[in-house]
Amino acid sequence: MREITLSQAVNEALAEEMRRDETVFIIGEDVAEAGTPFKVLSGLVEEFGTGRVVDTPISEPGFMGLAVGAAMTGSRPVVDLMFGDFIFLIMDQLCNQAAKTHYMSGGKLSVPLVLRTNMGATRRSAAQHSQSLHALVAHIPGLKVAMPSSAYEAKGLMKTAIRDNNPVVIFEDKLMYQDKAPVPEEEFLIPFGEANIKRAGTDITLIGTSSMVQVCEKAAEILAAEGVSAEVIDPRTIVPLDEAALLASARKTSRVIVVDEGHQSFGVTAEIASRINEKAFYHLDAPVLRMGALDVPIPFSPALEDITVPTPEGVAEKARLLVRGEMIDAA
Amino acid sequence: MAKKKTNSEDYLRMYRQMVRIRTFEDNANQLYLSAKMPGLTHMYSGEEAVAVGICEALETRDKITSTHRGHGHCVAKGAEFKEMFCELLGKEEGYCRGKGGSMHIADQSNGNLGANAIVGGSMGIATGAAFTSKLLRKDDVAVCFFGDGATAQGLMYEVMNMAALWKLPVIYACENNGYSEYTKTEEIAAGSITARAEAFGIEAHQVDGQDVLAVNALTTDLVARARKGEGPFFMELMTYRYHGHHVGDINREYYRSKEEEKDWKDNRDPIIRFRGYLVSEGLATDEDLDALNAEIEADAEAAVKYALDAKYPDVSEVDMHVFADIKHALA
Repeated sequence: MREITLSQAVNEALAEEMRRDETVFIIGEDVAEAGTPFKVLSGLVEEFGTGRVVDTPISEPGFMGLAVGAAMTGSRPVVDLMFGDFIFLIMDQLCNQAAKTHYMSGGKLSVPLVLRTNMGATRRSAAQHSQSLHALVAHIPGLKVAMPSSAYEAKGLMKTAIRDNNPVVIFEDKLMYQDKAPVPEEEFLIPFGEANIKRAGTDITLIGTSSMVQVCEKAAEILAAEGVSAEVIDPRTIVPLDEAALLASARKTSRVIVVDEGHQSFGVTAEIASRINEKAFYHLDAPVLRMGALDVPIPFSPALEDITVPTPEGVAEKARLLVRGEMIDAA
Repeated sequence: MAKKKTNSEDYLRMYRQMVRIRTFEDNANQLYLSAKMPGLTHMYSGEEAVAVGICEALETRDKITSTHRGHGHCVAKGAEFKEMFCELLGKEEGYCRGKGGSMHIADQSNGNLGANAIVGGSMGIATGAAFTSKLLRKDDVAVCFFGDGATAQGLMYEVMNMAALWKLPVIYACENNGYSEYTKTEEIAAGSITARAEAFGIEAHQVDGQDVLAVNALTTDLVARARKGEGPFFMELMTYRYHGHHVGDINREYYRSKEEEKDWKDNRDPIIRFRGYLVSEGLATDEDLDALNAEIEADAEAAVKYALDAKYPDVSEVDMHVFADIKHALA
């Protein structure tokens, strides 16, 4: 199968959906001729014109709000938010407007909108361009949240998101744009709420999101060399969450580490760990561990930044402790 | 009064709609005072000529966005008393199945995209509705209702900038009732409000919001021009709210004198003024109008009774309409 980059995968998904449905348009800062700073959208304005690939002023709440209204009236906007950190600027339009409109109207109005943005540290971009803020969004009922872990997921989830009748937020890891993966030439969609078992195993389950799936896979390789069989699962969407698949794996292996690049406290890892504790408690041989970004603003210095996010070695080290039955921290 | 229209049916419908709003609000206030309505509500009484003058210039397909003080917009855009009172009382037959209430009432069948409890929160939505109109090559117009208080929100300037850049068919209708919640407008708004729109190259008008014919004539002209791609436009409608910020804001002399309120009610009431005009021009007799008022009061009384007796939604509805395609979000 051919291999393409995550960036190309997103571009292809958008182009295919825009050809299929004339109500789909892209709006955001420097999306047209510039194709975004990451060049993800290069070439789209040439095919679809500036009426459907719309460059905006630097007004995130403004174009987000505009997209909500466009979605409520028959368009399918794909909002490009240049950095995930800017989500704080659009919180009212995303969380008070887009997320609640369908509910507040008793189902009469809907907001079929995609917000694509990014996440991920270690790009030396410091505290305001490095955050992974998907937990904030996942906390709000009415928003779906997708976290592609490769070019394949990036394409399939984007196409599903555009056809979804709800607001969907897609977090792409900005360090993965040039990562290649096999992606079929023929059309495919990836349904929301279906986890993907990336690697089967029997001793421990590593649940990872976005780039942390790669971290978990590398950890699994390290562990395999030591005779420990790790299962790696990618939920692919955290809202909806394929709880059944995660619980089935937890019951099978009896040990779980949840790895995610958001800050560890009050985050996605805590939510998943808690659900496993509540629903698979008697199958567990060890406490479910969380591994997120350190609870500090992301620092600029490479010497500091690199220790803020989970690494394969760090995950493998915790996994060893769990498999050996050594109690960890407060447990 | 502004220039005449020739169709006396239009005039009588405007009168009727203004009286319907006043009557609706009188009943809603009574429901609050008699503790039959959950929560609070914000009365539109005194501002009727604004909503009616504008909405009578619109077609059903045209969109409006409304505010926390939104009952007037809802009635003027074509809503029925029964579904409105049901919504105010949280009943299943309400426009939003009781999930929105007074501050989120929406009636998409008549183009009302909903009231908004975030001051200025709907400015992006109205602008986005106009964007859809342009994207899909329709000639629908969107009217954004907001108060003078909302002119202090940054979102307004972001979306006016984009609407002007892209010549969107949107009309920003600023209902200047002199008070931003409990504070005089002159204490929160520096300079001129219309000049702010003019800074973006948007044609702006100030109009007497107590004169329904003046409002209607101006809006009719602007709507026709917006349909031809000459938008956006801005209107500042000088008006007055008879009640406090909300129904519970009763002792308000610390910010507004009783003399001032009496002056507006006695000398600038939009319904009394228009009634005098209709009678003096021979378009209706006092007896005709008294009969019309009585009919509307009877309608309101029946609708209130219906709503008080109506069913609450079944508790199983609590997790319905969270997502457009998932019947029960918590199932």
